[in-house]
Amino acid sequence: MSRFSKDSGKKETPAISTASLPDIIFMLLFFFMVVTVMRETNPILKIKIPQATELGKIELKESVAYILIGTPTDINTYGSAPRIQLNDQYAEVDDVQSFVKKSYSEVPDAYKGIFTVSLKVDEEVTMGIVTDVKQELRKADALKINYAANRKVVEE
Amino acid sequence: MGRSKSKGAKEIDASSMADIAFLLLIFFLVTTTIDQDKGIIHKLPAWSEEPPPDDVRIKDRNLLEILVNANNQLLVEQEYVELDELKDIVIKHLDNRGKSDKYSTSPQDAVISLKNDRGTNYGTYIEIQNSLKAGYAEVRDKYSLSITNGSMNYKEVAKCAKNDDLDATKRNKCNELKKKIQGEYPMKISEAEPVNLGGN
Repeated sequence: MSRFSKDSGKKETPAISTASLPDIIFMLLFFFMVVTVMRETNPILKIKIPQATELGKIELKESVAYILIGTPTDINTYGSAPRIQLNDQYAEVDDVQSFVKKSYSEVPDAYKGIFTVSLKVDEEVTMGIVTDVKQELRKADALKINYAANRKVVEE
Repeated sequence: MGRSKSKGAKEIDASSMADIAFLLLIFFLVTTTIDQDKGIIHKLPAWSEEPPPDDVRIKDRNLLEILVNANNQLLVEQEYVELDELKDIVIKHLDNRGKSDKYSTSPQDAVISLKNDRGTNYGTYIEIQNSLKAGYAEVRDKYSLSITNGSMNYKEVAKCAKNDDLDATKRNKCNELKKKIQGEYPMKISEAEPVNLGGN
């Protein structure tokens, strides 16, 4: 017995060094810090995106302009009627055209062909305002649009 | 170890470094939303100042008329239907090939007309758009599988046609397939200007 324990004591595998653990963790940390995009726009609208199954993906963020439609988060100040948000501010339907044209001019030339307008619209909003925006988009000749939606989990 | 103690300048204990890094890591893990831009891609018709010509008449049976009112109720071909029945109706309409008098004579002639109220919920509208797209996707998938002997569905064909990594001959073949499928089942969805009946 004593011989056995002596033997095993000699041949024991050394403990795994944890000295590099902080480095690994730091690497992961830096990865996530770089990947994380802090929200660019303030949430001034309450938007719950609808769910769908037939989804397409927009490949390049550089070629997308966002138009948000939803009810204001601050109902006491801005009322509960659905509003449009462009960049960081409330906007009217009339502002959409100039906004889209400005966004289009800011897109790099190589991506102009795939310029897309993404509509992030709350599912409770009525179609009236959405249609008005769509008509403005047609006038601005921004015909490729994307109704932002999340993947629907289908239970079989 | 004993030496450093006697010399005075103590080493800073770095064993808690990992814990601190872990905490930060978990914070970023939780706050990160790698949000992808996903959605239903749609193409709008070009704007024209003049009103649409009146003489565009489509044979009644080739037109699937969908009306949505302000209460999110659906009327398809003058009949009240539920939302989840819509996809099957679309498929029946597209793949009718003259069998039933109610639906289209051929997939190439089939047109779907969608008219909604200004008071219709956006969620309902998206569900309808989704059903229409799903209907088209299903008939295209079926056709794609039949012409490729079951090796590729429509999604795979479209993906292959866009894939730059493949060599040109293969890609062209996929492109041809894609064109053929789209030619067989062209997506013709017409959206009328919404009416205002719901008082919104």
